[in-house]
Amino acid sequence: MGKRPTRVANLKGVILVAKYLLLKHYRGAPASVNDVPMDQWTPEEIEAHIQYMQDFADRLKDSGEYVDSQALAADGAWVRSDGDGKPPVTDGPFAETKDLIAGFMIIDVDSYERAVELAGELSSAPGAAGEPIHEWLEVRPFMGSPTTVTE
Amino acid sequence: MARGATVHGIPDDRHRVVDEAQLRDLIPGVLGVLVHRGADFATAEDAVQEALIRAIERWGTSSGESPDDPKGWLITTAWRRFIDLTRSDVARHAREQRVWNEPPQGPTESVDDTLELYFLCAHPSLTSASAVALTLRAVGGLTTRQIARAYLVPETTMAQRISRAKRTVSDVRLDRRGDPRTVMRTLYLVFNEGYGGDPEVADLASEAIRLARRLATSTDDPEVAGLLALFLLHHARRPARTRTDGSLVTLADQDRGLWRRDLIAEGVAVLQAALACDQLGEYQAQAAIAALHADARTAEETDWGQIVEWYDELVALTGSPVVQLNRAVAVGEANGPRAGLAALAELDPTLPRYTASAAYLHERTGDVDTAATLYAEAAAQAHSVAERNHLTLRAATLRQQRRT
Repeated sequence: MGKRPTRVANLKGVILVAKYLLLKHYRGAPASVNDVPMDQWTPEEIEAHIQYMQDFADRLKDSGEYVDSQALAADGAWVRSDGDGKPPVTDGPFAETKDLIAGFMIIDVDSYERAVELAGELSSAPGAAGEPIHEWLEVRPFMGSPTTVTE
Repeated sequence: MARGATVHGIPDDRHRVVDEAQLRDLIPGVLGVLVHRGADFATAEDAVQEALIRAIERWGTSSGESPDDPKGWLITTAWRRFIDLTRSDVARHAREQRVWNEPPQGPTESVDDTLELYFLCAHPSLTSASAVALTLRAVGGLTTRQIARAYLVPETTMAQRISRAKRTVSDVRLDRRGDPRTVMRTLYLVFNEGYGGDPEVADLASEAIRLARRLATSTDDPEVAGLLALFLLHHARRPARTRTDGSLVTLADQDRGLWRRDLIAEGVAVLQAALACDQLGEYQAQAAIAALHADARTAEETDWGQIVEWYDELVALTGSPVVQLNRAVAVGEANGPRAGLAALAELDPTLPRYTASAAYLHERTGDVDTAATLYAEAAAQAHSVAERNHLTLRAATLRQQRRT
């Protein structure tokens, strides 16, 4: 899927240390390989999944690559300003929204390759029948700082 | 010393910071003495860090009095702390018994100790992120919290990164000379981070200059001098590079009256001495380009012909496609935008900033429509907010000119 994003590089083309967002979607991503909804798993399978996620985060904390991770509740709403002096307008939640973000992890790694490697590991979390889910995760680089060579 | 102090000064608490910077200058030497006495690197580094923090607490206040011999005090305090740390671990680490039973020798420190410390912290077995963190802490004397804030990661993450790095290098035997290139690359990364980062959070650019200065006194490698000159010449432009709102000012638009002439003079002197050694390297060539920019009183006076020649040297030295891209832009200035576009056409269009460079060269040819489209495209590909905003603004400005 897609081509490798270009990254801010220094003179030698060395990719600078950068943060990446690993984005997990409830909806909107292509179907997982092991595509069974979580509510149909056994309790043991759910526990194994949660444990895997915990261990994964712990490993990144230990390697000094962890920044943050959060899960998001599903009941989002759309909000917009309705002009000065008026309260903001809210709408939703929309059941039909195509894209729904489930959560994210932020990592601080040495290379794009390392970010992809970690996303691959995260995608292998066990699901139904204890088999890896192999779900699609979105990997997005953070904006960085302008470098000397850009001047 | 006075010049170092101004580079390090942070407006709110200048005197304290000056003391701290001077103290941190002593750190590599103190650590060198401990390691020289047989202390293991990882524990010694912890001990020195704790001694430093104690010194800052004790002497950092206006009422605090610093001893006549701060370095001696740091060595004694760090050594005592090292023995405490080792003792508490001694049951598990019998081999360390040998170390603290040995009577401490008098303070001995050589230029080589400092140099070895640089090599150790930038050891090739470390990732660049780890090398940067370890260098800032063990050589620079920054605290883990300061480094974490500079790189916008949690303190626990940075603490882990540093302790892993220390474990990685703790078994390294420095029986032969390390590669200065890894050290220079590490300092270059620190400087680059500081170049775009917020100096209020952590002045990494100044820190890189301080460390490069030290390194330059420990070795006669002209590339180290080239690196220091490069830092100084770029740093000199910092006051002119951003507006108060943080937006970027391009080199051509910078108020050259804001450039730091003292840093430029120093950078040029350091560079000239390096070039006289007749061992050209990439940092010297980059510094030469920066010096030519610094030399021009107005953007129009810039000697682009010479800059292209230096880019030719750089291409020969590095073969880097990023350098070739910068060369194409310089060709555009020296020989006209069409020559620049022709040079650009030979390069890979997926290179970072290729589209932005093409936009600029098209703008110079007067092809405003193409330029505006390319600026907008480049903005969508930008990898920093400041760059994206600048490119979006160029696109918008050209489109507005079109309408009026």
